[in-house]
Amino acid sequence: MHWVEEAAKHAETAEEHSEGIGQYIMHHIQDSHEWNLFGYHIHLPEIKVTVPVINYSLDLSITVHTLMMWFAALFLILVFWLSFRKKRLIPTGFAGVLEAITLFVRDEIAIPNMGEKGGRQLTPFLATMFFFILTANLMGMIPLFATATGNISVTASLAIVTFLATQIYGMKQNGIIGYWKNLAPHGLPAPLYVIIVPIEILGLFTKPFALAMRLFANMMAGHTVILALLTLIIALGTLVIAPFSVGMALFISLLEILVAFIQAYIFTMLSALFIGMAMFPEH
Amino acid sequence: MDALGLAYLAAGIGAGIVAIAAGLGIGRIGGQAMEGTARQPEAANAIRTSMIISAALIEGVAFFGLIICFLLGLK
Repeated sequence: MHWVEEAAKHAETAEEHSEGIGQYIMHHIQDSHEWNLFGYHIHLPEIKVTVPVINYSLDLSITVHTLMMWFAALFLILVFWLSFRKKRLIPTGFAGVLEAITLFVRDEIAIPNMGEKGGRQLTPFLATMFFFILTANLMGMIPLFATATGNISVTASLAIVTFLATQIYGMKQNGIIGYWKNLAPHGLPAPLYVIIVPIEILGLFTKPFALAMRLFANMMAGHTVILALLTLIIALGTLVIAPFSVGMALFISLLEILVAFIQAYIFTMLSALFIGMAMFPEH
Repeated sequence: MDALGLAYLAAGIGAGIVAIAAGLGIGRIGGQAMEGTARQPEAANAIRTSMIISAALIEGVAFFGLIICFLLGLK
């Protein structure tokens, strides 16, 4: 029964290592104040601000995820600027790809949800969201970088922007009072309003919350699975598991790239849907 | 039966239930998409796009439960 003793030995090693591995995975998933680059720990500035009147302390330090967001923004600005330096009617090269994706956002996401005029007006906003989320997601797959959208604060900020856009464009289209009156269908008996109005108001908040949670959980779960598979080698203490582990991690990494595209598309599409529903309510 | 042990147990069982639920939902969507494509192969592209969107939305709901399990497992 040699394999039973082997398994028991490996189980002991697993227990010893699991504490450290849990900490390792959590450290790599979460935000941190230092950036680990090829063994150099770059300490990023910690800026803590206290708002004077209410004595509320804000942590405005530049962390790894903040840096990643800046990189994504700068990368996008650079790519678009370099591609569209020469203004031609028909773009060539990489500019064609960018134009194709922007036209996709306009024709498939913006205009079906918000009509011709609203669609063209809101395409810059939706295209910015799409490209930013896509770039931030894909940057997480580069070995030394972190996933900016794997932080609930980042995705919550994007969802809050969508929420504000929903309210503002809904009020612009239907008038300030008209937008709130259109939340509930007209011509219902009075007792139903007592139930429907709170549900509709709650629905206003749950939709962006779901947007934030969906993006955050997708990004964080993907990286957690990859790290867990790779640290399985350490946990079990043997190299025998390595081909299986690395193979699965490779497969999950490819799946992550697909999920990055899909989640960017889903976020943008649901934003367009919510803004369209606010601008043109069905009832 | 201390609280910490129960929290870990709940995290594990919860994650399993989340996986079952997501698998059921997305499997059903995939199956209906295959049926639809088999009936009408010209609509394959449209069906595939809708299938991926529905799968991502169902997975979003599954991830809500997963986050709760994460929070429990980190206690």
